[in-house]
Amino acid sequence: MISLTDQGFDPGPLLSGFCRGRAETGAVASFTGLARAEGGETKILELEAYPGFTEAQIGAIAETARTRFDLQDLMIVHRIGQIAPGEPIVFVATAAAHRRAAFEACDYLMDYLKSRAPFWKKEHGPDGARWIEPRAQDHEDIARWA
Amino acid sequence: MTRVLLFGRLSDIAGWREKILDPSPARLSDLRALLTADDAALGEALAAPGVQVALDQVLVRDDAALSPRSEVAFLPPMSGG
Repeated sequence: MISLTDQGFDPGPLLSGFCRGRAETGAVASFTGLARAEGGETKILELEAYPGFTEAQIGAIAETARTRFDLQDLMIVHRIGQIAPGEPIVFVATAAAHRRAAFEACDYLMDYLKSRAPFWKKEHGPDGARWIEPRAQDHEDIARWA
Repeated sequence: MTRVLLFGRLSDIAGWREKILDPSPARLSDLRALLTADDAALGEALAAPGVQVALDQVLVRDDAALSPRSEVAFLPPMSGG
């Protein structure tokens, strides 16, 4: 399941729900990304998506991960709109027969969400607003999967 | 008519997020020329490395013909998570 939401979410119940009824799964890995305050530099994070296109691109990333890691299931929830520091911004869960695939798929999905999913992120701070672009580290992270 | 969408910093540079061009330019390259003639700073930003183009929600790398109901989106480097 892939969803974009402009509402806050609690990762706990999402993970519990994702784990339910899985007699053959063996391994569920999850990741929750939180918005950082950056020592007071970020008051609000604003996330923009391209409705329709963003979901389709994430869907394509998810399908690649499903095949590559032989996943049984996956879940991606991503916030859009205005996000306060400390709030969850992204939740990813993966289900596989064994742990290595679940861990790696979670890592892979996050690397792709960081720099290949159509989101644009603006940081509103005390000195105004600025657009955040992928860092060198994000490009190195995604290159690991080539 | 062609619907043009700008995302991220591109909409801040242009001062708009969405524009309808009627009549439609024939090709993507014509659309770029039109936008650049109107706003040189935007034209430069659209041509910057890392800016991708989606035509009817499909990424295109080269020039392409526009239909009378095309949607063209300019996408600066993406940053989620």
